Amino acid sequence: MADPMRVRATESGGVVDVKILMKHDMESGQRKDAAGKVIPAWFISTLNVKAQGNDVFNAQFGPAVSKDPFLNFKYKGAKGDKLIVSWIDSKGDKRTDEATVG
Amino acid sequence: MNKQRRDVLKYSAVFGLMAAAGLISEAQAQAWNKAAFEGKSLDDVFKVLGSAPEKSGAVTLNAPDIAENGAVVPVGISTTLKADQLAILVEKNPSALAAMFFIPAGTEPFVTTRIKMGQTSNVYALAKADGKWLMSSKEVKVTLGGCGG
Repeated sequence: MADPMRVRATESGGVVDVKILMKHDMESGQRKDAAGKVIPAWFISTLNVKAQGNDVFNAQFGPAVSKDPFLNFKYKGAKGDKLIVSWIDSKGDKRTDEATVG
Repeated sequence: MNKQRRDVLKYSAVFGLMAAAGLISEAQAQAWNKAAFEGKSLDDVFKVLGSAPEKSGAVTLNAPDIAENGAVVPVGISTTLKADQLAILVEKNPSALAAMFFIPAGTEPFVTTRIKMGQTSNVYALAKADGKWLMSSKEVKVTLGGCGG
């Protein structure tokens, strides 16, 4: 199981600002190890964010997204909304974290 | 009695797993667009997306003029249009498409993230509104590449 994400969500004027910091190496598939062998790509491929059970954001990443991916988006919501953030990487690993809008 | 109890436990465990599997496929409703992410050049990606995007002042790309570290380049897209999809492309990366975003109703067509850039290149922000792709671009100078090792 991968390391937990950090999710921060704050409401202001009916708009919820969500910041997510995932923990993932996002190996590009371009780098070589000490022996000169290419390190295979390994990255988060899809991410889904639900608020109160409804989709509010979907993302698809390629290996060109930076290590420990960061995301910031905004949706119309309210204080106390329950957020569920989940991602799946290119090896099938997954991680789900929850947060409450403050 | 005891065996029955154990069987029930076993089955509930199996059903629990099935439910978990169901949840996962739901989260994956938008299957990863392999063809688009494997496209090498901008044109490869545009072909998969359906049409070459038009330049538009309604799409805003927020990116630095100079990125000191190509491994972490902050990039943001926003648009005044009612866009349901956004994408970030880097012309000279090994694969042009960096990330794609799906914006349901109620979510603002705005996103910020961080990407890797192998070298100085044009960065493209794409937005899909009314079934049409629009874009704006900007050159970002990279002083230290983020793709090699």
